[in-house]
Amino acid sequence: MIDEPARPDPDALLALTRDEAARAGRGRLRIYFGANAGVGKTYAMLRGAQALVQQGVDVVVGLVETHGRSETQALLAGLELLPRRTVARSAGGAAIDEFDVDAALARKPAVMLVDELAHSNAPGSRHPKRWQDIDELRAAGIDVHTTVNVQHLESLNDVVGGITQVRVRETVPDHVFDEADEVVLVDLPPDDLLQRLKEGKVYQSEQAERAAQHFFRKGNLIALRELALRRTADRVDDEVRSYRRELGRDDQRPVWPTADAMLVAVGPQADNDKLVRSAARRAARSDAPWHAVFVETPASQRLPQAIRRAALQSLKLAESLGATTATLAAPQPAPALVAYAREHNLGTIVIGRREGRPAWQRLAFWGFGVAPRVARLAPDIDLAVVGVQSRRPSAPADTPDADEPSASRWRGYAWAAAGCALTTLVCMPLHGLFELANIVMLFLLTVMAVAWRHGRGPAVFAAAANVLAFDFFFVPPRYSFAVSDIQYLLTFAVMLGVGMAIGQLTASLRHQLDVSRLRENRARSLYEMARELGSALQSEQVAEIADRHLEAAFRGLAAVLLAEDGRHLGSPSHAGSQPAIDAALAQWCLDHAAPAGLGTGTLPASPALYVPLAAPMRVRGVLVLQPREPRTLAVPEQRRLIDTYAALIGIAVERVHFVSVAQESLLAMESERLRNALLAALSHDLRTPLTALLGGAETLADALDRSADPKASLARSIVAQARRTTQMVANLLEMARLQAGAVTLKLDWLSLEELVGSARRSIETALLGHPLVVNWPQDLPLFQGDAVLIERVLVNLLENAAKHTPAGTRISVSARVQTQAKPAFVIEVADDGPGLPPGRAQALFDSFERGDKESTTPGVGLGLAICRAIMQAHGGEISAASRMAPAHGAVFTLRLPYRDPPALEESEP
Amino acid sequence: MIEPIPLLAARIVIVEDDTEIRRFVRMALESEGHLVFEATGWQRGLIDASTRKPDLLILDLGLPDGDGLALIRELRAFSSLPVIVLSARIDEADKVTALDAGADDYLTKPFGSAELLARVRAALRRRVPQAEPVRRFGDVEVQLVARSVTRGGERVPLTPVEFRLLAVLLQHEGKVLTHRQLLRDVWGPGHVEQTHYLRVYMGRLRTKLEADPAHPRHLLTETGVGYRFVSS
Repeated sequence: MIDEPARPDPDALLALTRDEAARAGRGRLRIYFGANAGVGKTYAMLRGAQALVQQGVDVVVGLVETHGRSETQALLAGLELLPRRTVARSAGGAAIDEFDVDAALARKPAVMLVDELAHSNAPGSRHPKRWQDIDELRAAGIDVHTTVNVQHLESLNDVVGGITQVRVRETVPDHVFDEADEVVLVDLPPDDLLQRLKEGKVYQSEQAERAAQHFFRKGNLIALRELALRRTADRVDDEVRSYRRELGRDDQRPVWPTADAMLVAVGPQADNDKLVRSAARRAARSDAPWHAVFVETPASQRLPQAIRRAALQSLKLAESLGATTATLAAPQPAPALVAYAREHNLGTIVIGRREGRPAWQRLAFWGFGVAPRVARLAPDIDLAVVGVQSRRPSAPADTPDADEPSASRWRGYAWAAAGCALTTLVCMPLHGLFELANIVMLFLLTVMAVAWRHGRGPAVFAAAANVLAFDFFFVPPRYSFAVSDIQYLLTFAVMLGVGMAIGQLTASLRHQLDVSRLRENRARSLYEMARELGSALQSEQVAEIADRHLEAAFRGLAAVLLAEDGRHLGSPSHAGSQPAIDAALAQWCLDHAAPAGLGTGTLPASPALYVPLAAPMRVRGVLVLQPREPRTLAVPEQRRLIDTYAALIGIAVERVHFVSVAQESLLAMESERLRNALLAALSHDLRTPLTALLGGAETLADALDRSADPKASLARSIVAQARRTTQMVANLLEMARLQAGAVTLKLDWLSLEELVGSARRSIETALLGHPLVVNWPQDLPLFQGDAVLIERVLVNLLENAAKHTPAGTRISVSARVQTQAKPAFVIEVADDGPGLPPGRAQALFDSFERGDKESTTPGVGLGLAICRAIMQAHGGEISAASRMAPAHGAVFTLRLPYRDPPALEESEP
Repeated sequence: MIEPIPLLAARIVIVEDDTEIRRFVRMALESEGHLVFEATGWQRGLIDASTRKPDLLILDLGLPDGDGLALIRELRAFSSLPVIVLSARIDEADKVTALDAGADDYLTKPFGSAELLARVRAALRRRVPQAEPVRRFGDVEVQLVARSVTRGGERVPLTPVEFRLLAVLLQHEGKVLTHRQLLRDVWGPGHVEQTHYLRVYMGRLRTKLEADPAHPRHLLTETGVGYRFVSS
C-alpha cells in the first residue's frame, strides 16, 4: 500500500485564507516579549528600530518609556518622536501624557514604536486599553512594534499572581498576543537581572529596593522566565503547525473539535474571574470553542446588585477571552446548564467549587449542589470542577442602587403585619365558638395569602408574626407567650413551613412569569417594530419608528442617524428629546462598522451606545441609544437584542433605499417609453400625409406627362418639395430621438465598403457630377457600429460635400485603423471645394447651424448635428477642418473606438 | 415617350387604412393596367387574399385592427403570394421581423409612385419561376448546375461557400433576404447571429463579381436589414 498524503482539511484552509485576507492591508504587529521588567525589551525594540532606520524605513517613536535608563535613552537619538497627548486627570489635576492615536494616524509612518502593550489609558481616551489603540493603527496599515511582559497576558494573570503574590491590573487579551505577526523573546538569566537591578539600571534605587523585595525574588524570576519561555514555545509550536498545515502535511489535526468544547457556568457567589481564566487556558490548549453562561434563578435575583454585576463582568471577561456568552433564566441552574450544553454540542461543563463553606452547609446541601445535579442529569457530559476561593466580589459599596425594590418589599412586610393584626381581630370573637385547631386554619390562610401576594420574605415574617399572635392571644395560657401544651409547637412549625413553602413557590412562579413576560415583551416589541418597518416607505419613517420602539424597549433615549450618501451621517431623525450625540464617535462607528461608546472597547465612558446599522450591502447608519440605566446594557442578551434591532432597522433602511432606487428607474423607464411612443406617433402622423402628398403628386405628374400637359412641371416641383419636407422631418425626428438619448445602438460588425456603397446608392441623384474616390487598404478590417446610423453619417457627409462644392469636383473617402495610443477606426470624407468658413469649424456641428447663413443651398443645418450625436453615441468623435494640400477643400474626420473583429472559421478548402 | 409595357395585368390586393395613400396606390397601379382590390384591415385583407386569387399583396404594417405581421403569418400558412410591406416605422427591426415572417420586400413611407411601381414590377416578375440553369448579370455568367462562374469570359474561382451565397441570392432575385435568412441558408441554423461572416463573404463576392465593389450594381446592401440581388 502506498501512503497517500492526507488531503488538507478544507475548513482549515479556509481559516488560513481568512486569516491572510484579514491580515492583508493590515499593519504587522511585532511584540518584544519578556519575563519581567528590566530584561531589556524596550532596548531591543529601539535597537531594531535603529537598524530599520539605517535601511531607510520610515520609523516613528509613538511612545517609549525609558524609565530614566541612560542606555535606552541613548538609543532614542536620531529617531522621530511623536508628541504625546496631555490628559488632565479628573480628580487630582495632575496631568498625564498619553499616546496620541490621532496624531499617529495622521503621521502614518511605515513603522511605529508603541511601548507597553498592556497599558491602560487615562479615562476619557478613545480606547480604554493601549492594545486597542495599536489595533487601530494596524487597521490603518501601520506596522507596530511593542513590548509586553508575561504577567500581563490575561490567561496567565492568575498563575503569575499565584506565584508572585502580586496582582497586575493591566492585562492584554491572549488573542492580541496570539495574532501578533512576530514575537521576539527578550531573555535575561535571573542572576544577570538581579545584578542589573542592584546596579540601578532597572529602576531608580529607592524604587528598586521596594520592587526587589516584593517581586524580584530569584524564585519568582525563575518561574516567570519559565512561563515566558513556555508561552513563546507554544507560539512557535503553533507557527510550525500552521506552516505544516499550509504545506498540507499535518497528520495531527484534531478530529472533531467540539468534543473538547466547554461550557463554563458562572455562578453568583464564587470568584468567577479565576474560573473563566482557567477555562480559557484549557480551551486555548485544546483549541476548542467554549461558552460561558450565567443562570438567572429566583435565588440569584435576590442577591445584591453588585454580585450580579460582578457575574456579568465575568461574562464580559469570558467574551474578551474568546467565549460565546449568554445569560439563561431558569428556576434551577443545573437543568438549564445541561440543556444549553446539549443544544450547543458542548462536551464538558466547568463549574466552580467554593472553598470554605461552613461545615453544616456542606452537609445540608450534600447532593443538592449544582455539580452533583449536573452529574445526575447528564452522565454523558464531562464535568470539571475548578476550585475557587469564596471571595465575594469586593466593592459593593458604590452601589446605592442595590436595593431598588426595597419600597415594595417593605410594603409586603407591612401587609403581613396588617394581615396578622386583622386575623387576630377577626378571631378574637370566635374564640370559644371554634376549636383552636380551626382558628389556626384562619391564621394559616393569612400566611398563604401574604405568601401569594408578597413572596417568601413577607411570608416568613407573616408566619412568625401569626405564630406569635396565635400563641399570645389564643394558646392557653392566654396573653402570654408561654405554651402549656407541647403539641402547639407542631402547629407553629407547620405554620412556618407552609408559609415558607408557599412563599418559595410564589417567588419562583413570579420569577418565571416575569422572565416570560419580559421575553414576550421583547418578542412583541421586535415583531411590532418589524411590522411597522415593513410598511415604512421613507427613511425618515424608518428612523421615527425605530426611535419610538427603542425608547420603549430600553427605557432611554434613542436616535437613528442615517448615512444618506453612504459616507457621512445626517442629523438626528426627529425632534423632541435626544440623546447627547457625539458626532465624531458616531462617525467612527459608521466608518469602522463596529459598535462604540458605552460598554464597548471604544470610549466606554460615553453615556450612549453607538451601534452600526449593518445591512447586507453596507452600513446604513448608526443607532444611538442612551439607556436610563447604563447597566442594562451589560447583560449579553440586551446587547444581542440591540444588535437585532440594529439589523432590522438597517435592513429596513436598505429596503427603503432600494425601493426609491427602483421607483426612480421605473420613472426613467416610463418617461423613456413615453418619449419613444410620442416620437413613433409623431413619425407615423407626419409620414402618412407626406406619403399621400408625395405619391399623389408623382402619380399626377406622370399622368400629366403622358398627356404632355405643361402643368406637369408644377406637379414635379410639388414632388421635389414633398421630398425635401420628408427629409427635413426625418432629420428633425432623428435629432429628437438622438438628443433624448432614446437611441439604443444595435452594434454589429460593419464593412466600410458596403456602407459607402449603400450610402451612395441612396443619394445617387445628389452625387451626380461628383466623382467619388475611395482610398483604403485592401485588408481594411470590419469595425463595430450601428449600421443604419453610421450609414446616416456617411450619407449626410457625402450629401454636404456634394451640396457645397462646385459640380465636377471630387469627393474622396479614406479610412485606416490607428493602433497607437487608443485604437481607433478613422474615416475621412474630403472634398475639393472651397473649404470651411474660417474659424467656424466646430460651430458647424451645432443644431440649425449652417456654414453660410444666407446660402440658397437648401437645408436646415441639422445634418452635422445628427452626425455628431451619432458619433457621440458610439463613443467616437467627429471633427472638421479645411485643408490646403494635396488639394483645397474640407475634411471631415470620424473616429470610432476600434477593437479587433472576431475571427472567421475558415473551414473551406 | 415610351410607355412602360405592362408585364401582365395582375390582380393586386392592397391593405391600407389611410384613404389618401390607398387612392394614390390604386391610381398608380391602375395606370399600369393592374386590377386592384382594397381592404382597410388585416382580417378583411386576409379574406381578400384567399378569395380574390391575387398575384400580389401590398400591406401596411400599422393597421387599426392589429399588426400586419399577423396577416403575413396567417397567409404564409397556405400561400406563397408575394407580399410588399409598407412601413411608416423608422426602426429597421420591424422590417426585419416582417421579412423574416415571410414578406418579400418593403417600402418605407413616404415613397413615390415610381418607387412603388418598380418594386411591384420586380415582385410580379418573380412570380415566374426562374428555372434557367444559366443566369447573367453585367458581364457575369453563372452556370448553376455546373457551379461555374465566368466574368467577361474569364473563369472566376469561387469557394463553395461563396458559390452557395451567390446561388441563394440569385434564386431570390429582387427579394430582400435578411441576414438571418442568408446565414441560415448558407451557413446553417447555428450561425444566424454571426453577421460578420456575411460582411466578409459579400465583400469577397463583390470584389470578384462587381465592377466597383464600393459602388455595387447587383449585390446590393439593405442597410440594417439584409441583402438583395438585382440583375439589371
